[in-house]
Amino acid sequence: MLTKPKRNQKQISLSRRNTLVGLSFIIPNFVGFFIFVLIPVIFSLALSLAEWDGFNAMKFNGINNFIAIFKDRVFRGSIWKTAYFSIFTVFFSMCASLGLAVLLNQKLKGKAIFRCAIFFPYVASNVAIAVVWNFLFRDIGPINSFLMHIGISDPPGWTASTVWVIPALVIVNVWKNMGYFMIVYLAALQDIPGSLYEAAQIDGAGSFQQFKSITLPMLTPSTFFVVMMLTINSLKVFDLVYLMTEGGPGTASTMMSQYIYNQAFISWSYGRSSAAAMVLFLIVAALTAFQFRMEKKWVSYM
Amino acid sequence: MKNRSLTYKIIMYIILIVLTCFTLMPLLWMLSASIKTDSEVFSMTFHWFPQVPQWQNYSKIWDKIPLATFTFNSVKLTVIITIVQVVTSSFAAYGFSKCRFRGRDALFLLYVATIAIPWQVYMLPQYSMMNKMHLVDSHLGYVLMQSFSAFGVFLMRQFFMSLPNELLEAGRIDGLSEYGNYFRIALPLAKPSIATLTIFSFVTIWNDYMGPMIYFNSTENKTIQLGIKMFIAQYSAEYGLVMAASVLSLVPVLVIFLAGQKFFVQGIASSGIKG
Repeated sequence: MLTKPKRNQKQISLSRRNTLVGLSFIIPNFVGFFIFVLIPVIFSLALSLAEWDGFNAMKFNGINNFIAIFKDRVFRGSIWKTAYFSIFTVFFSMCASLGLAVLLNQKLKGKAIFRCAIFFPYVASNVAIAVVWNFLFRDIGPINSFLMHIGISDPPGWTASTVWVIPALVIVNVWKNMGYFMIVYLAALQDIPGSLYEAAQIDGAGSFQQFKSITLPMLTPSTFFVVMMLTINSLKVFDLVYLMTEGGPGTASTMMSQYIYNQAFISWSYGRSSAAAMVLFLIVAALTAFQFRMEKKWVSYM
Repeated sequence: MKNRSLTYKIIMYIILIVLTCFTLMPLLWMLSASIKTDSEVFSMTFHWFPQVPQWQNYSKIWDKIPLATFTFNSVKLTVIITIVQVVTSSFAAYGFSKCRFRGRDALFLLYVATIAIPWQVYMLPQYSMMNKMHLVDSHLGYVLMQSFSAFGVFLMRQFFMSLPNELLEAGRIDGLSEYGNYFRIALPLAKPSIATLTIFSFVTIWNDYMGPMIYFNSTENKTIQLGIKMFIAQYSAEYGLVMAASVLSLVPVLVIFLAGQKFFVQGIASSGIKG
């Protein structure tokens, strides 16, 4: 334990002491954070303007890396695929989690069991998930057998098809994420005052109208959080896609993070990889800033 | 009226059970395949429970790959990183929320800003830096890389902010130093948040694939996720074994999750609402 120094110049030494004590709490984490996160973040900006393979001397390259990646058909494609994947993942995850939350927000016995079960895919490892889903998605695998059984004679090729690979990835991602966001929504639903619904019932509003005029507006703050998290997460999706398809077939599911990885650890072109990472960062930053502005505009009644 | 609400309840239960079964189906399928022979896995006639369950699948996998080493590595890394993360970030979060000094909020802003930055953006510079420090392909490097995430600080600060200052003021009057306040008052009250962060961290590190894939080259360093991926590559035809290995890799997470799910749910709910 520290002994308190009782000296003159009390005021100054007190504020200095406060600063020292405060910093002493932060330092252990900050040192690690500074060295292993902050410096690399700053370094990545420099790398995007350099030519480097990780071994030879680094050379200044101006914006050539950016020109090169935008000339690359695979990179341009990866932006569209990321957008395609993200839009559908965000939309369906949001709908599924909201629907599940509304279902589970009723007075039912044993709902904790359902909640747990639906949540579990979120904590299951991507490696295990990828093996199972890849098997389920096989050409004559369980899913297609089922589809043929119910009369679809020409079921999709899922992860083996350039057209269906992204929808397949969206399905798996929605399945994995919905439990987490369901819980976010559940918490928000429980915060809506019951008196609002009682008033609506007295005014004769049906349950759909109550959902539309009370539940949805009251959930706007949570919806912003959900959409923001989902957007960031799906823009940087890597593990699941890499494990299921490695960006294939061909480059049909090569999204931005996969491109960044390929440039760095397969082509050893650090500059291009960092340039692509900067583009990803700018997209994430722009979308986050945009969503914050929209939030201020729409969630004004809170 | 009473009858109507009963039918309503029954319909709700049916919907919930169907949805839950759909959600769990891939995992149940994995469980079922893990005790089958390969020909049964691929067979067109499907049984959830095979006639002769192949329990030995679960013992065979231990001889095929160094699964014990992988499991040990995963446990070791997960435990160390979780401890470092929980200790340092709760400590820092207290500083960020309950100590007053100049530049505090500016520093915290740096933390928040990095939460939105995808790891892919700085993964490469981080890697080459680690390479310079000879920390690639070592557990120490991975621990250092994963232990100081801004997320933990953010989550814990969120909780400490809700702690009334009067409580700590009372502690100060009673002669506790700031550290005493942290250990004796703030930390015991933060148990639910600490549990949340522990589970989050445990699950993230246990399941991490990209990190270990980039950092660990030698077999003796690899984690269970890399091990299962390796197993899949080597014995891709032996689905029963692959599924058994996958099931095993899910068990620790399942245990941790079920043990702490109450806290986990609370933690997600509170961090979600306050954004």
